[in-house]
Amino acid sequence: MYTLPTKLKLFSIILMVLGLVGIIFGFLTTPKTIDDVRKIMAEQESHHGEGHAVDGQDGADTANFVDEARGEEGYSGAAMEHATDLKAEGHGAASHEEHVLHQLQTRPWSATFVAAFFFMMIALGVLVFYAIQFASQAGWSPVLYRIMEGITAYLLPGSVIVFLIVVFAGTHFYPWQDHELVAGDKILQDKSGYLNFPFFLIRGVIYILGWNLYRYFSRRNSLAQAGANNYDHYRKNFKASVFFLIFFLVTEATMSWDWFMSMTPHWYSTLFAWYIFATMFVSGITVIALVTIHLKGLGLIPFVSDKHLHDLGKYIFAFSIFWTYLWFGQFMLIWYANIPEEVTYFIIRIQEYQGLFFGMLILNFVFPILVLMNSDYKRIPWFVVIAAVFVLVGHYIDVFLLVMPSTVGHNWSFGIPEIAALLFFMGLFIFVVGMGLGKVSLKPENDPFIKESENYHF
Amino acid sequence: MSSHYEAPIREPLVLGEKSYHDISVDVGAPVLGKANKSWWIVFTIALVAFLWGLGCIIYTISTGIGVWGLNKTVGWAWDITNFVWWVGIGHAGTLISAVLLLFRQKWRMAVNRSAEAMTIFAVVQAGLFPIIHMGRPWLAYWVLPIPNQFGSLWVNFNSPLLWDVFAISTYLSISLVFWWTGLLPDFAMIRDRTDSPFQKKIYGILSFGWSGRVKDWQRFEEVSLVLAGLATPLVLSVHTIVSFDFATSVVPGWHSTIYPPYFVAGAIFSGFAMVQTLLIIMRKVSHLESYITVLHIEYMNKVILLTGGIVTVAYAIEFFIGWYSGVPYENYTYLSFGAATGPYWWAFWALITCNFIVPLTLWVKALRRNIMYTFFVALIINIGMWFERFDIIVVNITKDRLTSSWAMFQPTFVDIGTFMGTIGFFFVLFLLYARTFPVIAQAEVKTILKSSGESFKRLRAEHGDD
Repeated sequence: MYTLPTKLKLFSIILMVLGLVGIIFGFLTTPKTIDDVRKIMAEQESHHGEGHAVDGQDGADTANFVDEARGEEGYSGAAMEHATDLKAEGHGAASHEEHVLHQLQTRPWSATFVAAFFFMMIALGVLVFYAIQFASQAGWSPVLYRIMEGITAYLLPGSVIVFLIVVFAGTHFYPWQDHELVAGDKILQDKSGYLNFPFFLIRGVIYILGWNLYRYFSRRNSLAQAGANNYDHYRKNFKASVFFLIFFLVTEATMSWDWFMSMTPHWYSTLFAWYIFATMFVSGITVIALVTIHLKGLGLIPFVSDKHLHDLGKYIFAFSIFWTYLWFGQFMLIWYANIPEEVTYFIIRIQEYQGLFFGMLILNFVFPILVLMNSDYKRIPWFVVIAAVFVLVGHYIDVFLLVMPSTVGHNWSFGIPEIAALLFFMGLFIFVVGMGLGKVSLKPENDPFIKESENYHF
Repeated sequence: MSSHYEAPIREPLVLGEKSYHDISVDVGAPVLGKANKSWWIVFTIALVAFLWGLGCIIYTISTGIGVWGLNKTVGWAWDITNFVWWVGIGHAGTLISAVLLLFRQKWRMAVNRSAEAMTIFAVVQAGLFPIIHMGRPWLAYWVLPIPNQFGSLWVNFNSPLLWDVFAISTYLSISLVFWWTGLLPDFAMIRDRTDSPFQKKIYGILSFGWSGRVKDWQRFEEVSLVLAGLATPLVLSVHTIVSFDFATSVVPGWHSTIYPPYFVAGAIFSGFAMVQTLLIIMRKVSHLESYITVLHIEYMNKVILLTGGIVTVAYAIEFFIGWYSGVPYENYTYLSFGAATGPYWWAFWALITCNFIVPLTLWVKALRRNIMYTFFVALIINIGMWFERFDIIVVNITKDRLTSSWAMFQPTFVDIGTFMGTIGFFFVLFLLYARTFPVIAQAEVKTILKSSGESFKRLRAEHGDD
């Protein structure tokens, strides 16, 4: 039986309090009026002087748009307008300042959302991994079931918070919720059959309801199985997992469109949903490894051996490569064809977020592939911890890059709101997961494959 | 590799009272025995089809590509459809031998040898099309970056068609090496069991002097694992690169970022359907029912369900994003309202019926454990996946951006004959393989006999695990 160590508990509470203060500070210090924006911009100018590099690049950006060169008013023209919208030099001075005001006001929302989603997706990724273990009748992983269930305890609070953020963010995140904008935009009008608020709300409710119901029932069955003398609860879980996986495959796609892709409602990519899935999945597996190492360090799970850690390491390794495969698939195809509607997404990310955009690849691909290639290293806890930390930082950046360029554009920075949100949700995550792990015995007795799992060698 | 303990809840993978010796005898029998009449009949049919196809190919090359049904709008049709179809079929073999090895699926051992053979033979068929669809196939060697007398004129590495050359040739070579390595202990078994001096000579050469020492086995296992680790990204990348042929373009319906994983899922889907088709017959005629059991068929059906599900979701995503994009051209792509009601409506609905509706029935346990029914569904999927490639390639380009260049495609007898010829060639190779190669990896099956054999599981149930 695990109890959250008092120090860790205190630590998580401190993180939450500090984070909450920071988040509130972030919301309170956003500029309220255009005058505030002018003041901020004047301050920035005195700091940076005249040489603003962005000005020089602006012409180069728009030159990339073929339709602009042709001087035609078309669909890509509308897309381009959106791209320039996200940059400082969008329109005339007045609307430009208005635009900056909006982006600055969005920043605390985005900062909170990035961190909130990052920790929720870990819990969701673990839940999917857990369901796959049941559906595939895995023989190695049953010793880790309680650990996975402990982590997915975060899904309920995490997903509710994420849901509340996307519902209340309104036009901060989702331009299609701005009726004035939609009235003048033919593309958005055409999409309003899908991108409308009531439907958006209903879909969100379905997602979090479905995911949390599976988590609730699978946990209940799993615990009931420990005290049973037949495999009925296990069989129920097997079925539930299969149906959850189908449900997830569909809702994950629509969730990605709803919560992320519609932040830039003119842009679309068919791979997008699966790309987000890969991020989610690899982060989830990484956290399973971290929690396992923590519990193993406390001596609470003698039945988990370094062979199990080895397997988790292999999964981190494999799905890091899988993530990169999807990242590259999406990026290369859009880069190669260079269709104006599509490239806007990467233009802003490469021009305004270059360090993060390419740095993420080193963290998420180069690092795990080098560190976790050797099979001996995958059995050394501290080695896996190092790889895991890098992978998690990398995927935080990944989520950051999904959200920030689409919402705050070039007015981004990494300061108090971002750090505070990260601290708050980390504290909440540690607290909830610690509590979730603590309620029951860490060994799932009576699972049909538990003996296979305990005797597992590789 | 993994522990010898196995949960009693798992079903046995080797049926009957089999011993190590029985396995050798059963696997060796088709190789050491004589072919029967029906083998000769089927072989003759396949050979005739192959020769007919060969005639069509020679006719095409000597007369010109114009003998095919292509036109100025539709420059790729049956040629590339068949190419992608055959490459896709080949993918299940590597999936079974490599990915399932990494996932330590013991059931793969009874099916991997034939699945890999199928890979090799399917890739050989696929490899024909990039050559014969060229206008000047005798200059095909120009795709290779060889130093030359044209001021060392080089290839352009930006074309996915060139990536195809590297992908397919690497895929074929790695698969061949992987397959052959696995065959060494089994060839040695045939070498040691045959009475004919001729066979002894041949299998002695084929088995490279394998004597099965401890050190050999250690290295054998390690090589298998490394090759599996390399073949897994390879199998993903090969069909990804095939998908790039379309996805890198700006053709509406072709340009879609989901293509890489979607093509791979479709490849596994169609490949497993082909494995089912072949193995259901093979287990019967070669009397291997104890090794390729209903459980194996059910597992493969589950893989078909999974990959079919992924492919279906990809269809839905394509359909949705086509609408969501708001691009009017997207209404003529292969998965759009326009396609469902347009001149190729029958191809659209063939795709939906064969790849989505019919495989859905496999969710019923009784049906996916029914061998006859599985055979039927597998055939349907093979047809459906051919239509998927046909739809992607042909339907998308028949209605491109300019209405003035809209056209239809009508295959000629040469298109059809070439395709039939590759099917014939495939079966010629596969039938020869089934008579001369150990079709089940007996060395591997022997490693799971005591953990997963029916009689041994029963013994454990009676006398306890330890």
